[in-house]
Amino acid sequence: MTSFIDRVFGRHHKGTGTMAKERLQVVLIHDRFNLPPEKMRAMKEEIMAVISKYVEIDRDSVDIALEQRDRNSSRIRAEIPFNPGKRVHDPDEDVPDFVTASNSEPRKDDT
Amino acid sequence: MVEKPKSASSARVITVTSGKGGVGKTTTTANLGVALARMNLKVVLIDADIGLRNLDIVMGLENRIVYDLVDVVEGRCKLRQAMIKHKQFPDLYLIPAAQTRDKTAVSPQDMINICNQLRPDYDYVIIDSPAGIERGFRNAVAPADEVLVVTNPEVSAVRDADRIVGLLEAENKGPGKLIINRLKPDMVKKGEMMSAEDVHEILAIKIIGIVPEDENVVPASNSGIPVTLNEGSRAGVAFRNIARRLNGEDVPFLPLDDNQGLFARISRFLSGGD
Repeated sequence: MTSFIDRVFGRHHKGTGTMAKERLQVVLIHDRFNLPPEKMRAMKEEIMAVISKYVEIDRDSVDIALEQRDRNSSRIRAEIPFNPGKRVHDPDEDVPDFVTASNSEPRKDDT
Repeated sequence: MVEKPKSASSARVITVTSGKGGVGKTTTTANLGVALARMNLKVVLIDADIGLRNLDIVMGLENRIVYDLVDVVEGRCKLRQAMIKHKQFPDLYLIPAAQTRDKTAVSPQDMINICNQLRPDYDYVIIDSPAGIERGFRNAVAPADEVLVVTNPEVSAVRDADRIVGLLEAENKGPGKLIINRLKPDMVKKGEMMSAEDVHEILAIKIIGIVPEDENVVPASNSGIPVTLNEGSRAGVAFRNIARRLNGEDVPFLPLDDNQGLFARISRFLSGGD
């Protein structure tokens, strides 16, 4: 049932019945939890803001999605890559003891 | 109002709803009523739409209306006076909808009271819910012992049905049972319509009936003779089967086409699914 053009471009004909089912499965997750795309975006921004207070995240690689196995079990899955090397400086944080201890003696290679 | 104690033969109150309009609630209500009456059961149908009358004309009883549901609620008549007896089945009655535009004329408690009055004397009370999720829907499901959700294998209908299923759970009236109406096996085979399996997978409630698209349905409404009474109609057979299942019989689902594989698969997953 694929048209000639479809075959030329290697597109397989996905029946619209299957399209309907797939679209419904996506939209219903949002409908069921009152989390339409705009609310999901707002939630995602807030989650990233909170995580960013603790680690430096790679915003472009963040993936936060609703998953539902069945009507009674659902979850928010968040994958938030962050850069472990850089600590985010928190001005309210006390400077740890080992830093102040080493400052009391001159370092050997400071000469 | 003091509730009458339920007798051993207390009626089952069943609400037919859908969310989306035009999917076949009224057709289903009318046909289930007739099918159950054919089985010598005592049935009262209630058109719970406020403002738009449908059940009466589909049943061919539109000329016999004297009182309606709102007349009963507002005390202008006794319940019995609003019950129209069917010409062919003396134990089948219809309480027609009012044509008032005041949606608050009937409350959920009014519906519960009316059904409680009917419970001792009948086997089934079937309520035709209006479309939507507002007051009319809440009125219709308030007295229900069970709810049938009618849908079509089509995106809007299924989306709305899903909303209804969620609302039923929230109101402790769930889970409903699903009727997939107007299925076209040829389109399913071509991949251009969702199958009953697809709809079942999405909505995840037990299927009680699959009614194929049938060109006998419109002429049936035209003449006021529900299609259940047309022995040659596949939709009629499907409705009669739903009535039998409601009544506890284990009726296999109609083969939707001549493909034995499809039929076998449907039977297997439907009997196992809940």
